[in-house]
Amino acid sequence: MSFAQKMNAVWEYANPRKFLATTERVLPFFWASAALCLVIGLVWGFFFTPDDYRQGSTVKIIYLHVPSALMAINAWLMMLVTSLVWIVRRHHVSALAARAAAPVGLVMTLIALLTGAIWGQPMWGTWWAWDPRLTSFLILFLFYLGYIALWEAIEDPDTAADLTSVLCLVGSVFAILSRYAVNFWNQGLHQGASLSLDKEENVADVFYFPLLVCIAGFVLLFIALVLYRTGTEIRARRIRALLARERIAA
Amino acid sequence: MTLSVTDLGIARGGVPVLEGLNFSLAPGAALVLRGPNGIGKTTLLRTLAGLQPPVAGRIAGAEDRIAYAGHSDGIKPTLTVTENLAFWASVFGHAGGIDGALAAYALEDLAARPAGALSAGQKRRLGLARLLVTGRPIWVLDEPTVSLDRDAVAMFAAAVRAHLAEGGSALIATHIDLGVDAAILDVGAFRARPRDLADFDGDFL
Amino acid sequence: MIALLVRDLRLAFRAGGGFGLGLAFFLIVTVLVPFSVGPQSSLLASIAPGVLWLGALLACLLSLDRLLALDWEDGTLDLLATAPLPLEAAVSVKALAHWLTTGLPLVLAAPVLGVLLNLPGPGYGWLVVSLLLGTPALSVIGTFGAALTVGLKRGGLLLSLLVLPLYVPTLIFGAEVARRGAQGLDLATPLLMLAGISAAAVALIPFASAAVLRVNLR
Repeated sequence: MSFAQKMNAVWEYANPRKFLATTERVLPFFWASAALCLVIGLVWGFFFTPDDYRQGSTVKIIYLHVPSALMAINAWLMMLVTSLVWIVRRHHVSALAARAAAPVGLVMTLIALLTGAIWGQPMWGTWWAWDPRLTSFLILFLFYLGYIALWEAIEDPDTAADLTSVLCLVGSVFAILSRYAVNFWNQGLHQGASLSLDKEENVADVFYFPLLVCIAGFVLLFIALVLYRTGTEIRARRIRALLARERIAA
Repeated sequence: MTLSVTDLGIARGGVPVLEGLNFSLAPGAALVLRGPNGIGKTTLLRTLAGLQPPVAGRIAGAEDRIAYAGHSDGIKPTLTVTENLAFWASVFGHAGGIDGALAAYALEDLAARPAGALSAGQKRRLGLARLLVTGRPIWVLDEPTVSLDRDAVAMFAAAVRAHLAEGGSALIATHIDLGVDAAILDVGAFRARPRDLADFDGDFL
Repeated sequence: MIALLVRDLRLAFRAGGGFGLGLAFFLIVTVLVPFSVGPQSSLLASIAPGVLWLGALLACLLSLDRLLALDWEDGTLDLLATAPLPLEAAVSVKALAHWLTTGLPLVLAAPVLGVLLNLPGPGYGWLVVSLLLGTPALSVIGTFGAALTVGLKRGGLLLSLLVLPLYVPTLIFGAEVARRGAQGLDLATPLLMLAGISAAAVALIPFASAAVLRVNLR
């Protein structure tokens, strides 16, 4: 198979039946590996790493905070990509995947905000500060809320898919703008990024490896949740279509 | 130019309602749509007007040539009859003025009145007068005679005849006899059949 | 296009058009602020630019749900969509009409209300400049929100939920210009950012608004 053919084969999964059949087979693997990674990463991180010399044991919330924050952003990126696919190629599964990912992203954002507050209290002496990063996540939270509310408000599924896709595109631009605006508005007290490819020494190795395992766990959990929820959305659409079919047959 | 519809399929709210429609409408001709309530006449007319995309088939000769009149006429109650008509005339770039349209529906005496003070039938006459100021050759009308009295129906029929005589054409969904020489198309015969249960791709069946 | 603008302005100024409601709302919000935070003039002076920006933003938001909903209900949008005027131009004109009837009066009223909040002397000019630059973006983004929710029975609350996050960058840079202006600080960066956001929004958002409006008209 040529590369182009391989790329084209991806679109087969845009067929709902093919999607359901495949996800049914791979989902147990994703659930199991997500659980495994999370158990290993969290147990390793919580109980088998030393306390930080400055931050004490509070540093260990990093194992929830960083992965959830990463997934909060990645979920929105995934919604952006699937929305674009829906707009360009009109694959229903793509729009439904965006819909399925939104509540997961919302919860990830909430976890990041809450764990951040719990971490911030002992470190900065306050539950909340209008720091650029915190503020950006709060704004992201609002974008998720609006996106989900729009899906829920519109009855016709194709109309809802179209409108939410455009909202996702426009919202992405404004989310990035907000990020810069907020950075400009308050320089902040948040520490630098915990993870980056060129500066791995940001976090010491003892904390770094369990963190990687936790991140893998969150990624796998996210994939499993989104695949599962997309399957539910597909079945809901199918019920809707069957009911409509009965109506016109009657 | 003839409006021609080939193998058209349309859907309402994602559910197919009509399929396999074929007809054409030559200049000077009129076509009356019949069919039971809920069959999809309004959806068909909105599709022809370009307000929604067809699910299947082709529509040729419709673009920028259709004047559409649906259930509501886009009349602003606080503007006068003249202001309402003049607005649509300038949106459609019609140069001929609005006097002819006012005369065709006997609206001259009401011209200075706010449209909100008109009766339902008078409003409808104003809505139909709008067609005359669009300068568009194909009229696509959805139940145009609702709330019109007998005299007003006669005015409307006269306006349609004059439009046809000038080389225009009209597609009208109506259940009353207008006394206009028109072919009749019963869309009941084109009701969409339920999809195959194996059609899992687009329609989730 | 001019016909549509003239019609919208006429509708706004006739009885029941709602012209002036936003202005009255702006006045009331500004008057309520000292009641809620206390009358100390130094405190009021320091929060005045932000309060005035927020008040103008909310007053703008208040009038958005009428922006397209009335034309939707009486079928005007259907007819406009079949008219020779592109829908992109139609929504731009409607946003312009909204700005002329809501945004511009707010800009003009803001310095007067600044007196009530003890706005420092150098702040008046920059307050007007920042609102003048920012309110067009508020109108255009608001039109997008109105187009998204136009088909919904009770879209007002959802409209706020969708539009307010989109207002964040404009509000931040706009209020920053006004605040720095009042304190006599350097404000070139936020001013340029505000102008950039406004220009980009005015140029690009109408395409998104027209696209979602077409979807809603189906």
